[in-house]
Amino acid sequence: MTNKTPEELFQERSQRIEDAIQLKVPDRVPVAPTFCYFYSRYAGITAEEAHYDYHKWSLAVKKTAADFQPDLIQNPRHLILAPGPLLELVDFKEIKWPGHGIPSNYSFQYIEGEYMKAEEYDAFLDDPSDYILRTYMPRIYGVLEPFKKLPPIRIMMLGYGTAHLVAALARPEMTETLEILIKAGAESLKWRSIMNSLQQELVEMGFPLSSDSIALAPFDVIGDHLRGTQGIMLDMYKRPDKLLKAIEKVLPMELQAGTFAAKRSGNPRVFIPLHKGADGFMSPEQFKTFYWPTLRKLLIGLIEEGLIPWVLFEADYTSRLEIIRDIPAGKAIYHFERTDILKAKEVLGDVVCIRGGMPNSLLCTGMPQEVKEHCRKLIDVVGKGGGFIMDAGAIIDEAKPENIKMMVDFTKEYGVY
Amino acid sequence: MADDLVNAIANLHEEEALILTRDRLDAGENPHELLVDSRKAMEIVGKRFEGGEYFIPDLIYSGHILNQVTELIKPKFKEIPKTSSLGKVIIGTIAGDIHDIGKNIVVFMLEVSGFEVYDLGVDVPAQNFVEKIEETKATVVGLSGFLTLSFDSMKETIKAITEAGLRNKLRVMIGGGQVDENVRKYTGADAYGRDAMSAVSLAKQWIGDKNDKQDT
Repeated sequence: MTNKTPEELFQERSQRIEDAIQLKVPDRVPVAPTFCYFYSRYAGITAEEAHYDYHKWSLAVKKTAADFQPDLIQNPRHLILAPGPLLELVDFKEIKWPGHGIPSNYSFQYIEGEYMKAEEYDAFLDDPSDYILRTYMPRIYGVLEPFKKLPPIRIMMLGYGTAHLVAALARPEMTETLEILIKAGAESLKWRSIMNSLQQELVEMGFPLSSDSIALAPFDVIGDHLRGTQGIMLDMYKRPDKLLKAIEKVLPMELQAGTFAAKRSGNPRVFIPLHKGADGFMSPEQFKTFYWPTLRKLLIGLIEEGLIPWVLFEADYTSRLEIIRDIPAGKAIYHFERTDILKAKEVLGDVVCIRGGMPNSLLCTGMPQEVKEHCRKLIDVVGKGGGFIMDAGAIIDEAKPENIKMMVDFTKEYGVY
Repeated sequence: MADDLVNAIANLHEEEALILTRDRLDAGENPHELLVDSRKAMEIVGKRFEGGEYFIPDLIYSGHILNQVTELIKPKFKEIPKTSSLGKVIIGTIAGDIHDIGKNIVVFMLEVSGFEVYDLGVDVPAQNFVEKIEETKATVVGLSGFLTLSFDSMKETIKAITEAGLRNKLRVMIGGGQVDENVRKYTGADAYGRDAMSAVSLAKQWIGDKNDKQDT
């Protein structure tokens, strides 16, 4: 198909993406399907195997990349969160995964809960690290149950801290926990080394990674992982001040999380999937009060670190386009799922690179010809003048391979500027 | 005075709603009247949501207030009298999918709109839908699914309903995540909805709205 070396392809693709982000006109519209469990389905292995058979998963990712030749490849390590054996060892309670509470061919799914009670805001605000270690983590990792009985972390620096440590480590259940953690560590090392080689191989095949770092909107951290949807929605009425303080407290943590992993890997793109700020999920007033200010600070903080936020606006944000416009131009990617993408181009076209627009439902159920027509429309309107990356609206678990092929190949052909 | 409670709940004034409820019960008022008022309030909440004035957090908060009001009224009854229902609706998240936030909001809105809702929960096998339809003779079924992987599950559930000879006795609506007209066609559902109010209006349209007036 092409005589270019993988190095040349890698450079060319990186440049194309970079141009789109900087709102310049690239040589053509980049196309980057955000594959998730599609890798495993396409390669004929189960989602369960993706979590448990690291070599099969690697082969599936490489096969998909080689067959479709996208401009960016979705990070195979983020998609499945963590390997199955590790999740089992630590007894992770926040998700169910394929073969473990979920049929073997379905994606892992979160179980939302009130992992932090309403009356625990003060403890969290007072010392978040202590709260996370001694209260939150034992609730979501069964193996860390004994951590509940650790002494408060900050009394460890009172000179006689060692006495507390000695007492904490004397518990037989703590020994058991530490032994399991050692096993989990070995498993983790095995998985990470295979994932590291996989990433290296993908680069050698000529594919830049979409991102190697994740951060969340501070509101979502509280809503998804601490209070649950119902909890955080009630908090907006019943304890708005505490909620706002907690969101502010989380902001530097997320900034640190995003920056840390991006700097370590050298990949500047930080993936930020949004969950609870969509149209309908809160009023415009609530969005301006609880959601956007810290999200904006997160985006700007990352940009100031020289990083590129890639924000996935799950569901519909059409009514919020004017608000989310308020960031520096040419420094981020806004990926839209059900937002009116034509309107997004109108409102945001001079500020941010737009990604997405292809309905996942069409990729799953439509015919290649319909996909082609939709691509044409997206390229004509959203692609006009650059600043656009062709992609599905949401992560791709299922899709007809011929539809993906059409989306990629037709964009390469018709998307030339 | 009756309007005060209706407004307090509808305007999401929690403390006021609870004080008014206690006062009226202490004054010896028939608890049934209070139930009727809270139902009126929830109708207003539903209308405001439909009109774009209220959002999901407002629904959740109104539900929270309603629950507390109902808890105060409950001890005055031997059992909470059933208000007449608009009709029966079966709802569940289809097999393989455990997402429940959207489904719960739909269930809540259908209930406060006066439907008798059978909530089958999450990860519901097709056979459970079939059995529930046979048992209740419900004429509206709602399938919820967040994942794209759920489209096949929805299709299979509808196929199972058809194979049980029940498909022509009821209507099926679907919703959640990526669900749109493409998915409706693919699964063979009668309609799809993008939010909780479309579920309510579809159910009303399909069942008919004859019992809409309050039974006071």
